[in-house]
Amino acid sequence: MVLAAVFLPLLAGAIVAMLIINGGWAVVIPLVIAALAVFSWSVERGRYRSWGYAEREDDLIVRRGLLFRRTSVVPYGRMQFIDVTAGPVDRIFGMATVQLHTAAAATDARIPGLLRADADLLRDRLASVGEATATGL
Amino acid sequence: MGGPDVPVGSDWRRLHPLSPVVRFGRIAVGLLVVAIPALEASRGQRPGGGSPIFGSLIVWAALVALSAVAGFVSWLVTRWRIGTADLQIETGLLRRQSIRIPLARVQAVDIVAPLAARILGLAEVRVVSAGRGGEHGRLGYLTAAEAVAARARLLALAHGLAPDTPEPVAQPLLSVVNPRLVVALSLRAGIALPALFAIAAIVVLVVSPRAGAIVLSTTLPVLITGVVTVARTFNEEFEFSVSEAGDGLRLDRGLLQRRHETIPFGRIQALRVVQPLLWRPAGWLRLEVDVARQHGVEQSREDPQRLGRTLIPVARREEVLALLARVFPEAGIDAPPQARPPRRALLKAPFSYHCLAAWYGTRYVYARTGRVQEATVIAPLQKIQSVRLSSGPLQRRLRLANVHIDTAGQRWQAAMKCRDEREAGTWVWDISARARLARRREARPRRTPATRLSDDAGTAIA
Repeated sequence: MVLAAVFLPLLAGAIVAMLIINGGWAVVIPLVIAALAVFSWSVERGRYRSWGYAEREDDLIVRRGLLFRRTSVVPYGRMQFIDVTAGPVDRIFGMATVQLHTAAAATDARIPGLLRADADLLRDRLASVGEATATGL
Repeated sequence: MGGPDVPVGSDWRRLHPLSPVVRFGRIAVGLLVVAIPALEASRGQRPGGGSPIFGSLIVWAALVALSAVAGFVSWLVTRWRIGTADLQIETGLLRRQSIRIPLARVQAVDIVAPLAARILGLAEVRVVSAGRGGEHGRLGYLTAAEAVAARARLLALAHGLAPDTPEPVAQPLLSVVNPRLVVALSLRAGIALPALFAIAAIVVLVVSPRAGAIVLSTTLPVLITGVVTVARTFNEEFEFSVSEAGDGLRLDRGLLQRRHETIPFGRIQALRVVQPLLWRPAGWLRLEVDVARQHGVEQSREDPQRLGRTLIPVARREEVLALLARVFPEAGIDAPPQARPPRRALLKAPFSYHCLAAWYGTRYVYARTGRVQEATVIAPLQKIQSVRLSSGPLQRRLRLANVHIDTAGQRWQAAMKCRDEREAGTWVWDISARARLARRREARPRRTPATRLSDDAGTAIA
């Protein structure tokens, strides 16, 4: 979505620039930008597809990354608190990010791009199982 | 103030009357450091003019007097008491502050005696409690005997015993001989390398003065910083001794500033065994401990020395192993042969391959890394917060992956680097499962009837 916001004006600008310059080679500019847009679109799509999470009986698994792949396993009993955040772009499309925090600073279990209602449900579910299995430090 | 037979802290009392002197001593030194150059400068500006110097002298004297009075007043309005369930400190003249530290949440009680305090026979009691780390209860300063008595009482109450229970007797485990500490510290790379360069420079200096001078002038600052670091560490770790009491480890250390610290066993998140390159011939090891702390709170204020604490600065292998066995029973630091990463990891990590190793048992996870100095992190399975699997593009090409073990410690994490991809994949699930079992094992005996009741209630509602 950010992609569209960046590339659409760029593309328009490039077309305008092409018309102004009106040289034979200027056709290349919008073509290059269009190619870039397609490329980053496919990368983003891959990244989007690589995100995944699974709620197991005792832990939550979050998987992400295309080039640098990461899989995190976070036991419910270790969760300290859960964040649900929604930035301006997220809000436009009714999405939210759920993030889990444990006592370890290195834990990165972030699930972006959930529908708002799903995010709230997930948070409540995690909070309730977390409470039932909490073990402290 | 009660007599010596009245138990320390049962009634409201003030800190020791000399405590503003100790506290003020530092401020005074700081002021002098600022004031003397300032006075010098003002004299230099107006040669012969007597009155400006006099004027600035008055200003500085007033500042000193003001801080002295402030120190005295702050002593006057501060009082403390150990209640049945909390430590109460009341302080502040304009902004009155009443601090209650619930003793049930006390993690450790340390006694710290800076040089000035030691000269006057005083010591500070620091209460480290769980939760927000910023509110350390500090009782500075008491007489040394009072401090010990207050600590005993605080610890007894924190453990839910009768207030006059004496402190558990500490059994000395290991102490470090100072000459060995000096040798070991100066053999660390930070100083050994520049020192070597300096010697080489001196040799070159004899042969050709010009080139030698250049080399010497570049290495000398590095050498000086190295010496300063060693001196500081030496000051911190002088007369180091570890002993074991019922509730945890006791550390006594320090040359100018003496510290007596407690590390409760339950708070230890991970241990690390470090061997710098030049210690290898002597077979010396260093043992460090990582304790839990709320992250984000107070990290900058607390000196790093206290965050990742040294458990033993330098000791022979068998001594370290003996101490390790006391803290983490059944833990060993010998890597089994299958702990080595596959040979192709050499392409990814050419400089650290010779150190890399990782393995785990039924109670602990071990991860060894390092380029010049070899460091083995030992984390108990029940302390694991989360497990992560990660791999970069190059690693995937080589069918390698890392397994990270996250603990609540602050300083280092256990990273099992460059394992075989398939092996790492199975390890993640296996370690998570084992950690779950370890947590259950630990939770069961400690669980009190009250919490079990609430657990049942929780499942009933669910």
